[in-house]
Order: sequence, then C-alpha cells, then structure tokens
Amino acid sequence: MISPKIKELKHIAKQARKLMVETLICAGCGHPGGAFSSIDLMTALYFDIMKIDPHNPQWDERDRFILSKGHSSIGLYTILHLRGFMDKETLLTFRQDNSLLCGHPDMHKIAGVEMSTGSLGHGLSVGAGLAMVGKMDKKNYRVFVLMGDGETQEGSVWEAALFAAHHKLDNLVGIVDRNMLQIDGCTEDILALEPYRAKWETFGWHVEEIDGHNFKQIKETLERCPVSASRPTLILANTVKGKGISFMERNPAWHGGGLKGDQAEIALQETNAALVED
Amino acid sequence: MAKKSMRHECAKSLVELGAKYNEIIVLEGDLKESTQSIQFQQAYPERYIDCGIAEQNMVGVAAGLALAGKIPVVQSFACFISMRTCEQARTSVAYPRLNVKFVVSHGGISPGSAGTTHHAIEDIAIMRAIPNMAVLVPGDAEEAKQVLHAALAYEGPVYIRLSASDTKDIYTERDVFNIGRATLLREGNDACIITTGTMVAVGVEAADQLLQKGVKTRVIQMASIKPLDHGIIEQAAKETEAIVTVEEHNILGGLGGAVCEVVAETGGVRVKRIGIKDHFSDVGTATCLLNKEEITVQAIAKNVLGMLK
Repeated sequence: MISPKIKELKHIAKQARKLMVETLICAGCGHPGGAFSSIDLMTALYFDIMKIDPHNPQWDERDRFILSKGHSSIGLYTILHLRGFMDKETLLTFRQDNSLLCGHPDMHKIAGVEMSTGSLGHGLSVGAGLAMVGKMDKKNYRVFVLMGDGETQEGSVWEAALFAAHHKLDNLVGIVDRNMLQIDGCTEDILALEPYRAKWETFGWHVEEIDGHNFKQIKETLERCPVSASRPTLILANTVKGKGISFMERNPAWHGGGLKGDQAEIALQETNAALVED
Repeated sequence: MAKKSMRHECAKSLVELGAKYNEIIVLEGDLKESTQSIQFQQAYPERYIDCGIAEQNMVGVAAGLALAGKIPVVQSFACFISMRTCEQARTSVAYPRLNVKFVVSHGGISPGSAGTTHHAIEDIAIMRAIPNMAVLVPGDAEEAKQVLHAALAYEGPVYIRLSASDTKDIYTERDVFNIGRATLLREGNDACIITTGTMVAVGVEAADQLLQKGVKTRVIQMASIKPLDHGIIEQAAKETEAIVTVEEHNILGGLGGAVCEVVAETGGVRVKRIGIKDHFSDVGTATCLLNKEEITVQAIAKNVLGMLK
C-alpha cells in the first residue's frame, strides 16, 4: 500500500523530470545526468522533509539546503519552480543570455538558492559553518548538503568531514548521490572511493544507505534526521545517473550535454508517458 | 622611533572589537601564537574555532558562518590563505560577497629564514584580481588597528595582510584610515614615492634623505590596495617628475602593477617598481633579504635621483 504522500512525491518527481527535459531542450546545454539521478532526493527534501516557506525564503528557522554539486542546478531550479519560488518563464531561460539561471547557481539571483556553488568540494564546509551557527545560537534548523560521489574525491570534502565530526554537528546531513559515474567514467576506475561507507564511518559519521529513487526509503530515512545524537549523518543514496531517460541511464556521456533532435523527442515522450501512468 | 608588532597590536584590537561586534567569530588554522589569535581565544573561547591544518575547510566554514549572519575573521599566514584557499576565497566568499575578513600574518618575506614556502610575494596580486575582494596592507601597528576597525565596519570580503616583522611607528591615533583612500605622509613635487605595507617606513626615510639633497619627494602610503585611490595617483602623475613604488611583494601585479595600470591610462610620468624581482628568495632574515633585493632606503633614494637626471 503506497501512502498518499509517497504517491504525491513520485508524481512531483515525474513532473520535474518532464520540466527538466523541456528546459534542457530550450537551453541546448546543461548537466542532465546528475540532475536526473538526484531529482528524487531533491523532490523529497523540498516537498516533504525540509521546513521552508517559499513566501519567506529568508525565514530564520528554515532548514538549509546546499547543492554542493552545483552542476545539477537544473534539478534545483526545477524544484524551486514547482515549490513556488520561481515561475516557469524564468525556469525556461536556463543558461540563456542574461538569464538569472546560471549553469551553476548564484544565491543572489534566485530566492531559495542558499549558496552559490559550482566548484566541487566546497559545499560540505559551508554547510558545516551553517550547522555550527545553529549549534552556537541554539537554533533548530537542519542543514542538508547534496554532493556528487565523484565530488568526494576532493580533499576539502574530507577536511569538512573531520571538522563536522569533531564538532559533533548532528544538525548536518550530507547526502551523496552515489551514481557511480563522473565525467571520465566510473568512479572506481578513475579514482576509487570504495569501501565508501566505511570511509564515512571511520571519519565519525553516522551512515544510512538507501536507494535514492525509492521514495519510501528516502522519506523514512530523511524524516529521522538527525539520526544520531552528536554525530553528523551521511545519506549514501545509491542512484542511477540519468535516471528516467532511457538513453541517459548509466551513460557517463550524459554528465553534460544538451538535448536535441531525436533524443529530445524520446526524452519528451518518456517523461510524458511516465506522467500519464499516474 | 619605537617598534611594535602589528600582529600583537591587531590581536589586541580584535579583542576590543569582539565586545562591539557580538557576531565576530575567529577561525584559526593551527597558528594561534604566530597570528596571535590566541588573544581572542582567551577572551572569547565560545567564539573561537581552531580549524586545525585544514585551511580550505576553514574558509568554507567561514562562508557558512557568514551566510548565517556572523562576521568570521579567518587567521592564518598570507601564503596559505592566498594560495592554499584561493579558490574557496574566490568562489565561496568573494563571488557571493560574504562578510568574511581574512586577517593574515607573515606577509611578504617577513618570515625570513623560514624560507620561500612561507613567504607570500604573490598574495597581493592574487587577492586583488578577485572581484569584490578588498585588499588592505597596513604599514605599522597603528595603521593595522585602524585597518581592522575599517574592515569590520565594511560589509563584504576583506583581505588584510600583516607582517611578521616589528615595525616602526609612523601613524598616531590622530591619523584616519579609510578604505579606498591613501595617506599623504610627505609633501613634494619633484618625485613621488608610493609605498604599501611595512615599506612605508623606508619610503619616508628615503624622502627625508632626498630632502637633505634638495629633492622634495612626496610620500604616499597605499594601505588600501583595493579599492585603489586613483585620484592621488593621477595627481602624483601630473604634479611630480617620477614615481617610485615600493613593496614587499613581487614587482608583478602588486602595488607597482596597480600604480602602473593607473599611470598607463593617465600618462605623464615614468614609474619605477621596487620590490622582489620575480624570483624566489634565498635563505636569510627579512632584513638580509630586503637588502639583497635592494628594497632599502639607499636604493629608493638612488632610484629617485636616477629618474630625475
């Protein structure tokens, strides 16, 4: 029996995938792969898990989300649109001349973008800083930082991992979009991360491993965050890069690229068909 | 002339400012004795984070603190902040215009025989090339204090470069530092010496020696490298016969570069840059290295006279 909330989240994610395809066709460029692998996670965060108010984006008590893998901006922008932070006209200007929507998000251009990101390996430290203030000022907000798995090859991520564990930042939740692929190939062929879960655990994090496309698992796990008192939580979300578009799935060539011609047609058909199923 | 440690004086000021600005959080990269951030730690332990030897994370954490309304003061050596954390400073601080203050010590060749790894002769060029970043290089303890006060009153990212060396007192409490304004220390229309940081003392002494030879030399201290006081440079280019810049930095891209950029557009005068001539240093104390580089009172005076011939 699927709960109404999970049914709703699934439907929103399908809408998001369709919008992402439309936007990528308009833009002619972008980074589809990692956005399609992480869109289910972002859907659950923005439509179920996080305390946020689209009418008051700077609300002091809000939960914070940092898209450390800034190249998945199309996912964040789409979710912000669906959640009421921006209109569709703005969304469709993605990456066009004079648009507010840069390929990597700028916090001063769009309400709801908490931090300007794009260079990998920065977000977890920034999230740790936000979490630190939450502790200092005894605020109840949580900080969610979404990283790519390839991103965690950056040394600065592990500096931040040490820092967050040392300072017992249990209000900090790192989420890794473990789609196994980076631009040049499989993470394990380029610069191996495994044993990955053990690395985070050894660094003092509480780790929860989930299927990053299973809303029941996403919801039940994120709902429990902070999972462990006095330890930061790492959600190891196993995902499929390019999820939802047949020719993109598990294909590193779709890390970056625009949708054109026949492929645009197929992507539109597939995302439309998924919506019709509901 | 009395000599003081600008690091110690600045740290003392920061403790005072800690009472005025409750939002100040000091972040340290495991160098609390050298930077003297230990003073703030003792006064406000709950507003002090020793981030360990992980500078990139330290700057990222500072960005997060600033996002949540704090005023992070990041302390380490000039070389590490300007180079190890350059990208965090540029992308996670300057780009989003976050209110982070970098207060770094051991600028220039002031670490002396510690060696080239610990020298920062590139930092002014690097930091001033980053949009939104203010770059302030004070010359003595009093100016350092005033720079710190101004930086905290200013909203946005600031890089303050301090020296490890003790400095002669040039300024008094009667002087006023403003971001974007240079200070005129000696009048004169024959030539102009423009200094930054600790070079202010040698600049003034060179001008005083030149005056004894009848050469009236203007001295301008450019503690605010960015924003730069264009007006005072343009005026010097119009009114004097030669400009000599003096800095404890590579002659590429620092004060000399900044002055030349202005003069190239306004014209009117030759500029001679005195500084480190684009090479890594030998072994020696700061004084030994400055002598070897001909960054001395005598060399400045000689250059001025040479240009007036």
